[in-house]
Amino acid sequence: MKARVTVTLKNGVLDPQGKAIEGALKSFGIEGVASVRQGKVFDIEVETQDKSRAEALLKEAAEKLLANMVVENYKVEVVG
Amino acid sequence: MHAAVITFPGTNREGDVARALKQAGAKVTHAWHADYELPKGTDLVVLPGGFAYGDYMRTGAIAARAHIMDAVRAHAAKGGYVLGICNGFQVACEAGLLPGILMRNAGLKFVCRMQHLRVERNDTAFTNAYTAGDIIKVCIAHGEGNYICDDETLKRLEGEARVGFRYCDAAGDITKENPNGSLNAIAGIYSENLRVLGMMPHPENLIETLVGGTDGKGLFASLGKAA
Repeated sequence: MKARVTVTLKNGVLDPQGKAIEGALKSFGIEGVASVRQGKVFDIEVETQDKSRAEALLKEAAEKLLANMVVENYKVEVVG
Repeated sequence: MHAAVITFPGTNREGDVARALKQAGAKVTHAWHADYELPKGTDLVVLPGGFAYGDYMRTGAIAARAHIMDAVRAHAAKGGYVLGICNGFQVACEAGLLPGILMRNAGLKFVCRMQHLRVERNDTAFTNAYTAGDIIKVCIAHGEGNYICDDETLKRLEGEARVGFRYCDAAGDITKENPNGSLNAIAGIYSENLRVLGMMPHPENLIETLVGGTDGKGLFASLGKAA
């Protein structure tokens, strides 16, 4: 099964890279950008065909390694 | 004092820190990230600077899950000493040995320069050769040194006097020269039992007059006397 884990910074955590990207977009003349926060996407293929097992496994992966829960949130999506 | 210096793929300061420890009279053994056990008789584990696992994903994140880190966590749980310098501080935070995380420098640039620090307390095994309030000049070299933690953790760190070093100017003013945006100008913190120290600056670089000064020597002299 294919899945995607998205890791984003929690609200209020300073994101200097996001700020720099926001500044760059504005300097390229892309109008209407209010703010940018940078995150990470992990596309993961799991061996199991069981959706709830896949979700449990990816939750464990996210909490053990993919996200640092001090400053990040994560979201697991099993695409099928 | 028997120190075990851990090398991960991408660590590059293990030789310098081993030299500083030996100069202070410690016995040094090198340990590899894929080992399951620390060398027999280890008093102090050193997580040196560098770019462990290429800093992939987050600095220190993959190194913190290496086999040897289970042994390091067990060593710390028994009250053993752990010193994490620069990348080693990032590894220690990711490994759960210290609270918080080191984020990208607020100014986005890798900062490599000499930096003054204020020694916050000298009643620990890491700093007893200094005097509390000493201003020392060492160097920093990092892209992710911006110390962040939640409000409650910060309150605890400050309340329990667990900040080991703060960035400051030559006069000791901590509001003047924060190189990376760290909360409260934090350059290093202790664990609850004061036996784990993580710090971004490199005291191991400043142990010879010939190469810029000896202000870092006190840390190793302190450790040499401990245990």
